[in-house]
Parts: sequence; C-alpha cells; structure tokens
Amino acid sequence: MSTHRSSSLSKDAWSRLVANKMAIASLIMLFFISMLCLFGPLLSSHSFDQQNLDKVFQAPSIDHPLGTDSLGRDLFARTTYGGRISLMVGLLATLVSLIIGVTYGMASGYAGGKIDAWMMRFVDVLYSLPFIIFVILLMVLFGRNFLLLFLAIGAVEWLTMARITRAQTITLKKAEFIEAARALGFSHWRILFHHLLPNLIGPIIIYATLTVPAVMLLEAALSFLGLGVQAPMSSWGSLIQEGAEKMDAAPWLLLFPGFLFCLTLFALNFLGDGLRDALDPKHTKG
Amino acid sequence: MADLTIDNLHVGFASREGMVRAVDGIDLSIKPGQVVGLVGESGSGKSVTCNSILQLLPSPPARFGPGRIDWSGKDLLSQKERTMQQIRGKEISMIFQDPMSSLNPYLPVVDQVAEPLIIHKICSPDVAKEKALEMLGKVGVAHVQKFPRSYPHEFSGGMRQRAMIAMALITQPNLLLADEPTTALDVTVQAKVLAIIKELCIDLQVGVLFVSHDLGLVAELADRVVVMYRGKVVEENETKSIFRNPQHPYVKALIACRPTLESPKDYLPTVEDFMGEKQTPLPPLPSESIQARPVSSTPLIQTRQLVVEFQTDDAPLLAVDHVDISIEQGTTLGLVGESGSGKTTLGRTLLNLVKKSQGEVLFKGKAIDSASFAKTNALRKSMQIIFQDPYASLNPRLTIEQTLIEPMVVHKIVDSKKDRLEKVVSLLQEVGLGEEHLHRYPHEFSGGQRQRICVARALTTEPELIICDECVSAMDVSVQAQVLNLLKSLQASRGLTYLFISHDLSVVKFMSEHIAVMQNGRVIENGSADQIYNHPKMEYTSKLIEAIPKANRSLHLSF
Repeated sequence: MSTHRSSSLSKDAWSRLVANKMAIASLIMLFFISMLCLFGPLLSSHSFDQQNLDKVFQAPSIDHPLGTDSLGRDLFARTTYGGRISLMVGLLATLVSLIIGVTYGMASGYAGGKIDAWMMRFVDVLYSLPFIIFVILLMVLFGRNFLLLFLAIGAVEWLTMARITRAQTITLKKAEFIEAARALGFSHWRILFHHLLPNLIGPIIIYATLTVPAVMLLEAALSFLGLGVQAPMSSWGSLIQEGAEKMDAAPWLLLFPGFLFCLTLFALNFLGDGLRDALDPKHTKG
Repeated sequence: MADLTIDNLHVGFASREGMVRAVDGIDLSIKPGQVVGLVGESGSGKSVTCNSILQLLPSPPARFGPGRIDWSGKDLLSQKERTMQQIRGKEISMIFQDPMSSLNPYLPVVDQVAEPLIIHKICSPDVAKEKALEMLGKVGVAHVQKFPRSYPHEFSGGMRQRAMIAMALITQPNLLLADEPTTALDVTVQAKVLAIIKELCIDLQVGVLFVSHDLGLVAELADRVVVMYRGKVVEENETKSIFRNPQHPYVKALIACRPTLESPKDYLPTVEDFMGEKQTPLPPLPSESIQARPVSSTPLIQTRQLVVEFQTDDAPLLAVDHVDISIEQGTTLGLVGESGSGKTTLGRTLLNLVKKSQGEVLFKGKAIDSASFAKTNALRKSMQIIFQDPYASLNPRLTIEQTLIEPMVVHKIVDSKKDRLEKVVSLLQEVGLGEEHLHRYPHEFSGGQRQRICVARALTTEPELIICDECVSAMDVSVQAQVLNLLKSLQASRGLTYLFISHDLSVVKFMSEHIAVMQNGRVIENGSADQIYNHPKMEYTSKLIEAIPKANRSLHLSF
C-alpha cells in the first residue's frame, strides 16, 4: 500500500519537475558543478597545496587555467577542491538543520500549550547564546575537529527552521482537514507526518535553499576562527575571503571562486522553487 | 443621467488552455432608485460582470472585448485608472461578500466610513466624521455614537456589513454594487441588512445591482431580475413575472430547487432535471420506509446536562449550557440557531473533538467520555462529521483514492488492497462520482463534488451517526439541492442517523424529523419539525422562521 502511494506521488512530482525548464537546467548545472569538484583536483597537474614561490599571483594561463595565489598555488585545483568541502558542508549541515528543526518545530506547534511554550523558550535561550562564544566553547571542550563544524552550524541553523515550521504548523493544525483526520480516528503520528508535513513542504524548501548559502558563508567565518577548514585546505568561503583581501593585485582570486559560488546558489534557488511547485498537486494543470 | 447600461459585454480570462469566456455578451441596465437582481450559480459570470463595472478585475488575465459599459455617457471600459478612481466610491460604490475581511482591522470604523468623503474631497475631515456618525446611525450601528473609537473586531458580522453599507452610501453615489452582501450572515441578520439596503436606496434614489446565487433572496428586494447561466443572460424580467411565469428551464429549476417550508420531504428537483442533462445517478430509494425499521427503545445518541466551558480572559464562557438532546436511530435531528449559539461546539463535543466540561454523552445508552475514545477506535468509526467547507476539509496533497483508503487502513476495515480499491469505487459511485475521479486532487473538483467526496470519506468507516455541520451552507442553491438529495437517499439506504446543523431553517425543515433550537448555548425549544414550524413557542424561533426569504409566499404563488 505505502509503496504504491509514495511511488505514484513521486512519479507525479517528477513529471511536474521535468516540465519546469529552469529547475531541470539547475539540476544539470548542480550535477556539473559537483562533478567538477569531485574530479577537478584529479585532472589538474598541480596539487591544491603545492606551493611555488616563483610563480605567485600569476594571471590565468595554459599551465594554471585560473591563475595562482599569493603562495603560487594553482587556483583551479584549490577552487575545485574547496568546492568539495563547501558543497558537503552546505548540503549536509542544511539537511541536519532541516531534520532537527522541522521535527522540533512540528512537535512544538502541534503539541501547543505549555509544551510549546517551554520548547520555544529553549530555542530562545539557544538564540541568545553569542555564536562566537559558543564556538570557542566547543573548541575548548572537544578540540579542533572537522565534525565540530557540522555540530556548530547545525546547532545554529535549526533554530530559525524550527520557528518557521512551528508557525506554519499552528496555522495548519486548525485547518478542517486536520480536524477531519482527528474525527476519523487517525493517530497523532499519522496526522503529523502524513497530513501536516506534506503541506509544510513549500516554506520549508524555500527556507532550506536560503540556508545553504548562509551555511557556506558561516563556514568561511568559522574557518577564519580556526575551526573547520585549515590552510592549506581550502573552501569557497575561505577562498572568497582571501580573494577579497587581494582584490587589487589579483582580481581572479575573487572572481573564479565567487562565480562558482554564485552559480551554485542560483541553481539551488531555482531548483528549490521547482521542487516546491512540483510537490504541490495544484500546479498540475495550471 | 445616472443610468448604467451594459451593452453586449464580453469578458474573458487568458489561461494556459486559451481564452476562457466568463461573460459572453450580456446586456443590462439600471435606473436610479431601481434594484436589479443578478442571479446565477458560481461560475456563471455574475461577479465578473459586477467587478467589470468598476474595472476591479486584474487585467491581464482579464480581457474585455467587444462591448460597452455606459455610465453617464462614458464608456467605463476605456477610462484611464485615474478617472476610474474618481468614479469608484463617489459615483459608484460597492459592498463585498465578507464583512470580516473587507474592513481594515487597524482603523476605527468611523474613520473608515468617513474616508471616502475625505478622499474625494467632498468635505473636511471633521465634517466627514460627523457625517459618518450620522450615516452609521442611519444603518443602525447605534453604539458608535457612544463609543466613537470602536474597531472592526468589536463589531458582529451584521454590524460590520452595516458599516460597509454606510461607507458605500456616504458619498451619495448614484449606483451601489452589492456582491453577495448577505451570504456570510445569519438569516435574521440577513433580513435586517436587506431591509436597510432597500430603504436607503429608495430614500437616496440610488440604483442597486444586487448579485446573489439565491433567487428567493433577490425576490425580496429586486424590481427586476436578470438570471445568468454560463456567461449568458437566460432570462430578464420583472421580479413578479419571473416567479409567476418563468420561461427558461434553468430559471424554473432555480425556483424549484430551494427547499421551502412546504416542500415534500423526499427529493428536491435539481437543475439537471430541468435542463435535461445527464443526471448524477442516485441509488433508488428502498421500498421499506424509515418508519418501518424496528425502532429500538434507546436513542442512538443522547446528552444529559452537557456543559462545555471555554476559558477566556475575563470569565469562563458557557458555549454549551446544560443541553439535553437525543436522536433516535435512523432519524435526523436538525439543530438551528444563529452563529455563536453553540450548535457547532455541541456537534464537536459529541465527537470528542472538543472536551466536555460536565454532563454525559450516551451512545446507544452507554456513557462515553474522552477515555472511551482513547481506548477504542470503535467509537470513532461509528460517528463521523461532514464540515461546512469541503475544500478546507480535504487534504490538498492527497488524491481522492488516498483520502478514501486511509481511514480503511487505519481502522483495518478491509484487508486486501484489491478489496479496498473496490470498496472505494463503490463508495464513489454511491455518492454519484466514478472510478475516473480516483487519481485526482481536491482542487480539480467543483464545490458540490468535493462535498460528495467528504460524504464518501465519512462513509468509509461505515458510521451510524453523521454530524453535518452547516454542510450545505456555503453552496449555491442548485448544488445544495443535489447534496441534500444525496444525504436523504443515503439515510434511506443505510439507515443513517444525522445531526443536521444549519442556520437555514428551510433546509433543516427539509432534512429533519425533529428540531432543536439553540440560543446562547441553551436548547430553548425542542420538538417535531412540524410542531416547531407551525406552533413555535419561543419568540426567538418565530423570528428565525420569519427571517427566511419567502419569495413564493410573499408573491402569493404556489408551485
């Protein structure tokens, strides 16, 4: 039964997504960028951390297609290598914050009353912790660790997600179809995940596509503090930061990582819009 | 010259499938002081016509083409937006359907009523306010004089609609457009609002275009009636002549399908009967009548001194106040009362959707409470509810098949997948839909079809009691007739018991054997339907009966 249902729903959604040209173009673009980041470092004849102090700040050339940085490292290798980390952090941390935030927000909004009040006060407390102090605290406790990056970002990003989901849940739970589901004797679990969640998907997807760039930039800020990505490793965030500092001397240092970053975000946003529409049955026949 | 003349108006909407013709060449004219009723079901183009006059339709997608709307020698269709702004609210005003959302909640009502005077520079703000107070007095919003700073939320629906009328008439326009102005109101309030519109318009010599789906209602105040069907005018005549001698089959159907207090109790004629179109098949009435069924001595459901209390900031509010009702198996209890009388709360308390505070609910003679609902799903299975708004009560993300199968899965009613599907199809056929509708989503259906789906969903668990909570109140009369017929025939074939909640007494009379009248949380009158109608004991009940539009009666007609 359940397999039949999910397959028909996802088939519908897929056919609607395919009909959306922008979304499909974005999907292809994202796939292309991921492939570039996955295999780019292998294609380059230079390694991402190989320094060459004779060839600093070189403009793009045949040997170095995107030029070199202040230590003579190949920018192409560094950008594609950094893409791996940025994409991974951006998508994984968003996914983590989605899972925690949506579950927490739905539970809080659906339960209502005192439980809701307490759960939301807890969110407020976490909101009020200064982020930097929180990160330093984590570093003191656990030492430098790449996993901490996810933990720190996840711990911050799910809060807004939870609030958005809670607000939507509260509006929706008064809808008559939820009351109808209660009158039919459905369990809370079923109402939450089968009736509420699919109707929350629109705002959730939109917020998630906004979270991805926020997370990628946050990662750059954290790397600057010494948490997460450390030189000679790179990420788009840290490359853009470095490029911004040396903009007058070597504009390509900002241009290329920035371009790839923007392209990814555009594609994610269009894909998010497309997904939202595809998952909404009202968009079937105009 | 302040005549409005619509001449061969065409309005279409551009959509993906091409142009959709909403208004297809209609002619209409209104003279000062004349009330013209524009009647039709939803989708007939009556609101589009009304909105076209003031150019309130977003264009695109709306396209106007050929045709003229002539107002004082000007063609309104070709005026610039700035000219239209001068006409709107000054020469032509409009009242909308929903008084709850058409007033700004952040401004005092008086300021809003005075606003048209100030915007059109008719008088200074101080004078405007005085005039607004005077006008509000005229439409019967008395307490504004005492509390001039009151906001919309402090007004009831009827009072808000009166304020809207005051706002529309304050500039002394030559024409008033009223788009279903009383549809969202209780019958008693509706009667008062209609009287005010009629009185003021004769007084101020304002022409009125009164748009409604309810022919009986329009007959109460219109001089002429124009009936629209699928974008075209099918009949236009003096109100009396239309009722005495309807020409077009659609108009005949509209007159016949509204339940009257006298109509026979088995079947309402529908538009399809008159138009000779394919009729939605209904199962034939079984030969054995309801009366022949063995009546068990205990009522199916009964309440004893039931109290529901809501906590508010000031004092606890008694939504249901020591109510005793009982419904015999296979019969219908009609529950009537104005909004806020507690009838919806009572219905939901029976289903344990609202928790009771005191008293008892007995199902088949056994007392039940929220614990018995928690313990066993059997109670849930045997009691179901149909809501007012079928669109809001269907999950927009589930297909009809999923919606209907889910209750069977949860209650483990039918085991195999194949049998479940068969049952869903047979249920759909029972409510007049078919297998081809299985994979569609709620938004792809019309209002009447959606309510049929809700009925089918309620039937999936094979309940004994169904609570119909204003389940036809949001519908056009023609669709209402179909749904009422369906409910009647299901009761006959399945022996269902209904609690039929409505504010419309003629509908309740059609459906029920017994009627309970509620006011302020109490059942003030209780008895057989005929007894309540013919010999109401309470003044409130007679007021409710009095307020039903009785076009047929007032025109001394019989059908």
